[in-house]
Amino acid sequence: MSETNFLLAIEDLTVSFDGFKAVDSLNLYVEKGELRVIIGPNGAGKTTLLDMICGKTQPTAGSIKFQNQELVGQTEHAIVRTGVGRKFQTPSIYENLTVFENLEVSFPKGRSVFGCIAFRRTPEVIDRVHKVADEIGLRESLHVEGAFLSHGQKQWLEIGMLLMQEPELLMLDEPVAGMSPAEREQTAALIQRICRDRCIIVIEHDMEFVSRIAHKVTVLHLGKLLAEGSMEEVRNNPKVIEVYLGH
Amino acid sequence: MNTLYHRVLAGKSGTSGLIAMAALLLVVLPCTLNIFWINVVGKYLCFAFAALGLVVLWGKTGVLSLGQGLFFGLGGYCMAMFLKLEASDPISTKIQSTPGIPDFMDWNQLKHLPALWVPFKSLPFSLFAVVALPALVAFIIGLAMFKRRVGGVYFAVITQALALIFSLAIDGNQGYTGGRNGITDLKTMGGWDIRTHHAQYILYFATALLLLIAVVLLQWLLSGKMGKMLVALREREDRVRFSGYDVSMFKVFVFCLAAGLSGVGGALFVLQVGFIAPSLVGIVPSIEMVIFAAVGGRASLYGAIYGALLVNAGKSLFSESFPQAWLFCMGGLFIGVVVLFPNGVAGGWDWWCKQAWPVILTRLKDGPPPPATLPPITAKGEAP
Repeated sequence: MSETNFLLAIEDLTVSFDGFKAVDSLNLYVEKGELRVIIGPNGAGKTTLLDMICGKTQPTAGSIKFQNQELVGQTEHAIVRTGVGRKFQTPSIYENLTVFENLEVSFPKGRSVFGCIAFRRTPEVIDRVHKVADEIGLRESLHVEGAFLSHGQKQWLEIGMLLMQEPELLMLDEPVAGMSPAEREQTAALIQRICRDRCIIVIEHDMEFVSRIAHKVTVLHLGKLLAEGSMEEVRNNPKVIEVYLGH
Repeated sequence: MNTLYHRVLAGKSGTSGLIAMAALLLVVLPCTLNIFWINVVGKYLCFAFAALGLVVLWGKTGVLSLGQGLFFGLGGYCMAMFLKLEASDPISTKIQSTPGIPDFMDWNQLKHLPALWVPFKSLPFSLFAVVALPALVAFIIGLAMFKRRVGGVYFAVITQALALIFSLAIDGNQGYTGGRNGITDLKTMGGWDIRTHHAQYILYFATALLLLIAVVLLQWLLSGKMGKMLVALREREDRVRFSGYDVSMFKVFVFCLAAGLSGVGGALFVLQVGFIAPSLVGIVPSIEMVIFAAVGGRASLYGAIYGALLVNAGKSLFSESFPQAWLFCMGGLFIGVVVLFPNGVAGGWDWWCKQAWPVILTRLKDGPPPPATLPPITAKGEAP
């Protein structure tokens, strides 16, 4: 594959599980500073796609280039270190650590065993933690253990943990699932704020939420690309209406 | 100074725990027990090293190894090989057909000291090997398993199998290892007779001091980022991995740490007891080490030491009267503790200090509170 100007270039990506193609020769290009939303009915291959980008699942064929660097075949932690952050569907935070510690552990220093032993809580670290805590609205809860946060706060904390790494590409898997309408509002505002300096890929089912945040929408169906474009174009696409929005 | 207090001594509770432990091991027990029992307690403390390693490995990181006897044994055999070579000088072995080699080699018609044994003529090398060899073996096993994401019950079973293989390998190579009888008849270390009462006192204090130093070092390690990383690893391995950490290397590190600690315990055991045998390094001792940590409280460093003392004391007293029933008792104790009191003695103590005692104290001060505002003492009390 040639050099591209895209931040993320996925070409001919295929993964098959015992013959079942969860993602089937998919091409997807995402630009710098873009907020892309991926939608599609259950089993469309959305989460599998994110799994392959972050190295959790190895594709059967195809290539994933991030900043013109091949990600396929690299280990998960190596992919993270190139600047890819991934938020899981269910909030994964460290329940027995405080909000501060959750963010501190995610700070991208001291990632090797001996680096970790030598790690010190420098003013730089504290500063970053405070900045991110302000961003995700958890400044008041810095010393609360993760287990005592509300569901919405846990989701924000996980986004904050990713922001600590300053990723170029941030992938969010259903970030507003289980949130109250007020929390959805705040999450949409948060995503729009953090999108300025980086590229974000969001998987979401909530159409109202999608239309609020998306620059461009990609619709997947049975592992294949069904449609791509603005929310308006996608909403009026007859194929999309048939498989997904019409239900 | 402040960092030292918080990191090395783990603040107020850590300091009081350390003082209590030091007072018990260095003052109370030596003043109240005779030399026979001091030696016995010294032996228990050797197992506490292995239990400390398990606290970090199992309690903090969530990786259960049922094969710590392997590392305890490696440390012990390293020490015993040196002591045996020193005890087998040509003069005291002159009646053998090949003088100057350990007696069991002579019985097995070996004519030369095996190459494996030669480095153990050196005391510095042997002391180095006591820590380094278990750590190296753990590094190789750990790398092979954790890089392939072997964990949980599979890891536990494989480590247990390795401990069994190790004890069988020793058992089956009598000429090289002393076989089932082990390595016995150890006398001096660098010319210093380790069998006298005087030496046994010194070895006891050395063991207790090394144990306290190990606790302080582990406290320092766990109070930093490493402590948080290990908790994070135990709770959300995937999240740690996708935060850019090579999870397997952290597990390898902790496994090596636990192995090195076990090795030190094994070497001190040999010095105090005067022999080592495959029966001390196989499956049963490995599981006993896990029981010490579980009873003491698998996430508490001090708990591990108290657990090793309590369970071993129980074993010594109880197995004298009911030798047949002891293993069942031990199994029952393990299941009971894990199911009913997952935080062991340390958890119970914590509950008493943080929840029960303050409630009793306020009641004593203010008299019984009116029933409507009764604090939920029973509800909390049931959860250990």
